[in-house]
Amino acid sequence: MSVIETDKLSKRFGSFTAVDRISFRVEKGEIFGFLGANGAGKTTAMRMLCGLSVPTSGQARVAGYDVYREQEQIKKHIGYMSQRFSLYGDLTVGENIRLFGGIYGLPKKQLAGRTDELLRTLGMENERNTFVSDLPLGWKQKLAFSVAIIHEPEIVFLDEPTGGVDPVTRRRFWELIYRASERGITAFVTTHYMDEAEYCNRVSIMVDGRIEALDKPAALKDTFQAGNMNEVFRALARKAVRNE
Amino acid sequence: MNQVIIRNISRKYGDTTALQAVGFSVPPGELFGLIGPDGAGKTTLFRILTTLLLPDSGSATVCGFDIIRDWKEIRTRVGYMPGRFSLYQDLSMEENLLFFATVFNTRVEENYDLIRDIYVQIEPFRKRRAGKLSGGMKQKLALCCALIHRPEVLFLDEPTTGVDPVSRVEFWDMLRRLKQQGITILVSTPYMDEASRCDRIALMRSGHCLSIDTPGAICRSFGKPLYAVRSGRMYALLKELRTYKETFSCYAFGDSHHLTLNPGGADDVGALQTWLRDKGYTDVSIEPIAPGIEDCFMESGDRNV
Amino acid sequence: MKQFVSFIRKEFYHIFRDMRTTLMLLLMPVILIILFGFAISTEIRRSPIAVWDQRHDDSSGKLINQLQASEYFELYQMINSREEAGELFRRGKIRLALIIPPAQADARVQILADATDPNEANLLIRYAGAVMTSSLPGPSLREEVSGEVLLLYNPQMKGAYNFVPGVMGLILMLICAMMTSVGIVKEKELGTMEVLLVSPLRPVYIILAKAAPYLLISMVNIATILLLSRFLLDVPIRGSLVVLVSLSVLYALVALCLGLLISTLADTQQAAMLISGVVLMLPTVLLSGMVFPVENMPWILRRLSDIVPAKWYIIGVKDVMIKGLEAGAILRETGILALMAIVLTGLSVKRFKIRL
Repeated sequence: MSVIETDKLSKRFGSFTAVDRISFRVEKGEIFGFLGANGAGKTTAMRMLCGLSVPTSGQARVAGYDVYREQEQIKKHIGYMSQRFSLYGDLTVGENIRLFGGIYGLPKKQLAGRTDELLRTLGMENERNTFVSDLPLGWKQKLAFSVAIIHEPEIVFLDEPTGGVDPVTRRRFWELIYRASERGITAFVTTHYMDEAEYCNRVSIMVDGRIEALDKPAALKDTFQAGNMNEVFRALARKAVRNE
Repeated sequence: MNQVIIRNISRKYGDTTALQAVGFSVPPGELFGLIGPDGAGKTTLFRILTTLLLPDSGSATVCGFDIIRDWKEIRTRVGYMPGRFSLYQDLSMEENLLFFATVFNTRVEENYDLIRDIYVQIEPFRKRRAGKLSGGMKQKLALCCALIHRPEVLFLDEPTTGVDPVSRVEFWDMLRRLKQQGITILVSTPYMDEASRCDRIALMRSGHCLSIDTPGAICRSFGKPLYAVRSGRMYALLKELRTYKETFSCYAFGDSHHLTLNPGGADDVGALQTWLRDKGYTDVSIEPIAPGIEDCFMESGDRNV
Repeated sequence: MKQFVSFIRKEFYHIFRDMRTTLMLLLMPVILIILFGFAISTEIRRSPIAVWDQRHDDSSGKLINQLQASEYFELYQMINSREEAGELFRRGKIRLALIIPPAQADARVQILADATDPNEANLLIRYAGAVMTSSLPGPSLREEVSGEVLLLYNPQMKGAYNFVPGVMGLILMLICAMMTSVGIVKEKELGTMEVLLVSPLRPVYIILAKAAPYLLISMVNIATILLLSRFLLDVPIRGSLVVLVSLSVLYALVALCLGLLISTLADTQQAAMLISGVVLMLPTVLLSGMVFPVENMPWILRRLSDIVPAKWYIIGVKDVMIKGLEAGAILRETGILALMAIVLTGLSVKRFKIRL
């Protein structure tokens, strides 16, 4: 079953085509790497899929909902986490969970149970009343991710979730993604770490608004006769002509 | 004489230790890297060396001048590109460059040879507002601004963070060329794979220097055999390997898992292969590999972050 | 010097490329003047009144005519009892009622006013008194109107005479203090301050260059205000223009120093705005005498108002502009402002860090 389906999805700003007829499918439970150079159109594409921006043309369904007409439904069925914005540092762990649970529309009764369960799985029962800003970075990230999927969304969008994070924490974070994927939650990830591209089931690489390659990492490396994903990426991104 | 000498510098913010007894020297013309994640103390160290912050204890000299007493001298001799430096968004590329040239008491023409390589790449956009430039171009412009007065020492705080891999490679190539012009460069980065582009590096975590040496020497000091393990089911394999009694550490590393076995143990790859086959992994490959900087970083010191 | 000039040019780029800010900076005085001059006027115009005339002779008839002729009042209706006046007050039809006693009675003219808005009631009563005293030639009624009112400098009691100096004080404070502090803090936020500090540029140049454009803009604003008030509101400039402008520059310097101080306290633009708003704007509006007379305030607030620069500036401007006094007459105000400028400059230069 596909949780994301796009068909010639495009977004133009005036004469500038940020996203140029991209078509792809992402299957349930898949970890999908969404790569591209700065300015290749990743952010614009992701915003359309999250229901934050209306496409100029083409079709797309996210979690079964149409990106033109059912943006509100889409927002209920996805989770979102970025490195820049994740949690409120001046709220406690418990308050953050309650806040985002509320935002995602969890009923009050369910929320209390879910909060306890979440803190238990994270091993953070003693931190319920700790301010998030006082947590170590690794914990913050774990918490941010868990909060992003507190409503058991079909898809979680992760926008450079590991930027600047130390290597060990980065790997622990990926284990969280794997665990979520085993539960059937699809992960849609952007990253600038090319080794992380290898952790994805499939990877797409955008160049100048178009998807230039989409396959399993191993297959991509075969096609481009490259030793690692970094070389694949560079081979493709060099072709970029637009500088914006 | 060393261009930068740091002796035992410590600095706290309230109760948080940002730097703890850090010390090293950088000779003229070296490309020196501070490698570490957020919170390692890289920015604090740069701010102390550029005379923007005072250390709690310890001392340092830059270009032979004391960072506390001779701050005025240092400020005319160094170039600095702070991490979140984003130029003046509402000024055009050219205006930004001209402004920084006058601020540093020079003209663009005077040191044009130094920035020419970089500037020609962005020149077609010189009338464009800095806010409308792409990340890679902004970064190049910022570098031009920091170089405009031909500094003796250049401090670059995380110039490649958030920049895509292609632009990152280009950026390091530029630094190489600058180094050939005799400029001493200190650069920080959270990307471990960039360490190999430096002459020497300091691995930093939580305010401590873990090791200071050439990237090659640090890798050689890894001190135990490292294996790359692959199979069709990577995540399951990772969990399985962690339960193996001889496993010392095991981390996902791109398309393979990097594994070290318990020191003093048998270090028997054959035994591991058999154990995995019994668990149902028939397609496993295990090969010894040379450790990288990231392996060294993860193996060193306290791993509980 | 070249560095300095280029820095100032850069500041003007910032200001003029942000069209919204530029418009706000240049139009704010115009809007404030028009708002105060026409919309939130404290003057009385055509207030409805009722009159119970029990005298019915020439002098009372004349009085009524005079009241009606003045632009302040409009006769709503003649009444025949006190109760009728009460009823009209209750229904909000009139703001003032005049009860003229019979000629032979040993009573004075009585003025009833709706005091739910005490300021307005006060004004109405004073206006009515003024109309009566000035209009009646004969001795008959005049003796019965208590007190003799003579309005100096502003015989028509125009509100503009009060608020024009107030608006000048407010605008200068707003632009010099708030904009300067926001401008400096913005460089901190951008990270450019770090680069500027790590440069041969002397820190004091950074401060001066950030402040100079706003000093200039505020002078443009002062000119706008003076022109508007002279030609649109008919407020005269009786004293010396040179003294007036010099006083304004001095006050602007005080405001700039305050802005600078704020910039050393705030780390974000919002914080700078908030501090400017609470610490500078509120006292400037409330304690300067611009809106509420300082003399009627409790002792503690009066003392507090003494440290509000706008208070002294407004007093000075009124003296020069409205009363037409010479420079010698505002020595006290000038002295206090100069002292403030010196203390604040010292304080902010000391606080402005050469490091982060």
